[in-house]
Amino acid sequence: MKRLRSVAVAILPPLLFGVVFLTAWELLIEWREVKPYVMVKPSAVWSAMLDNFTPIRTAAGVTGGNALIGLVLGTVFGVVLAMVASAVRPLGELINPLATAVNAVPIVVVVAVLTRMYEADSETPRRIMAMMVVFFVVFVNVLRGLRETNPTQLELMKSYAASPLQQFRTVRLPNAMPYLFTGIRVAAPLAVITAVVAEYFGGKKNGLGSGITSFLSTAKKDVGLAYVAGASALGVACFAAAAILEYVAVPWQRQRSSK
Amino acid sequence: MNTQHPAVHTAALEKVFNPGRPNQVEALTGVTLDVQPGEFISLIGPSGCGKSTLLRLIADLLEPTGGDLLVNGKAAKQARLDQDYGMAFQQSGLFDWRTVAKNIELPLELKGWDKAKRRARAQEMLELVRLGDRGASMPWQLSGGQQQRIAIARALAAHPPLLLMDEPFGALDEMTREHMQSELLRICGETHTTVVFVTHSIPEAVYLSDRVVVMSPGPGRITDVIDVRLGSNRNDDTREAREFYEKITEVREALRGSELGAVARGIEDR
Repeated sequence: MKRLRSVAVAILPPLLFGVVFLTAWELLIEWREVKPYVMVKPSAVWSAMLDNFTPIRTAAGVTGGNALIGLVLGTVFGVVLAMVASAVRPLGELINPLATAVNAVPIVVVVAVLTRMYEADSETPRRIMAMMVVFFVVFVNVLRGLRETNPTQLELMKSYAASPLQQFRTVRLPNAMPYLFTGIRVAAPLAVITAVVAEYFGGKKNGLGSGITSFLSTAKKDVGLAYVAGASALGVACFAAAAILEYVAVPWQRQRSSK
Repeated sequence: MNTQHPAVHTAALEKVFNPGRPNQVEALTGVTLDVQPGEFISLIGPSGCGKSTLLRLIADLLEPTGGDLLVNGKAAKQARLDQDYGMAFQQSGLFDWRTVAKNIELPLELKGWDKAKRRARAQEMLELVRLGDRGASMPWQLSGGQQQRIAIARALAAHPPLLLMDEPFGALDEMTREHMQSELLRICGETHTTVVFVTHSIPEAVYLSDRVVVMSPGPGRITDVIDVRLGSNRNDDTREAREFYEKITEVREALRGSELGAVARGIEDR
């Protein structure tokens, strides 16, 4: 009962806000008689979504697939490089600014370059883009986790005459796990956004991003917005999946944060 | 147990941090102290007197810049490599991702003990600290006092002859603290462990120790060693005995004297 109430308290305000917002949108368009080629009603978007459910789902599969591949590859690279950077200090000093520099390059520029490098129907540039974004978030987080270890635990390990490898395995690596999953949770929706945006720059017209651009530029604004809704649903789904993963994988973290 | 040599032997021990640099600090100078096997020694003094530094030198977590240091009759480094001592800190330093039993097993695991032997020893240690049924718990499910007991169990898991403790009860409330002190005496009595114990608290030092080593800062050094030995049957009545208060006064005065008339800063009168 108490649990039910706390769930209600968490869900009710955003739900209420959403309903009020959508109603206001609907009424505003009705009242000002806004033309459908300027802006459409949420109800029109909803029916467009139902009408185009299958193509949107297929497109979400393509974009989601790209995001997922980018997420996995970026995470792997991020973890491996963070491990290298923490193990070999001079290398860390080299990798850290380099990773920051790579992250600072505007995505749109890289996409433009990559789409020219690969064939027109290749999904690879989109995946590489998602990977780059994910890589940075995961790298920064995991590196912090590997470095910010409890000094008492490090002294204990020294008192046990533990080898550097033992110390790494028993202290640094587990200590970095919550940081890793926080990184994944932050990076997952970013990977989706990047995969969507990457589709704006050419390539096969099969994903959510291509759907958004092509429909929003025509009179079918409702369908375009339905694709936007699909993209946002995909992002939320990825975030939720990552949050659940975190909850399951590092139980001690949720204990620590609830204290 | 080998009684040929003291558990800890130091002579003219010295530690200078950042030698030759502008931020050079003389943390310890001329420390000469012998700790006999089975003895309980407290190091007490205001902040900056080098008591924690001395403990870390004995543990070989720091290296001395001068003087002699033998632990269990060996060089400090060898004693560390042989795991001749166990250590407990103010922070329990338990690993959140390991069960309580696995935490106790950790030093044994690193020593290469096989699983069955480790399990048996961990259970034995859990019984010793009277938390026999909590082995499968996670550290965060225990109270602060229980966590500290697990940290002691872990420190003693390999049955080291020497236990080094750095304000292990500093973060506990007064009642838990007194209870833990009695528990520690019982555990060390049962296991015949030598203890070097760093504390801020005068009553804690007096209650626990055979000898209280009074230290003073600037540079860190030993200014007095006070024989306490309230007997092996210490209990809650001891805390109200006149003898106990006399010894507290003696230690307090030694601390004041070590401050050259100034009131001992950073010393708790509890």
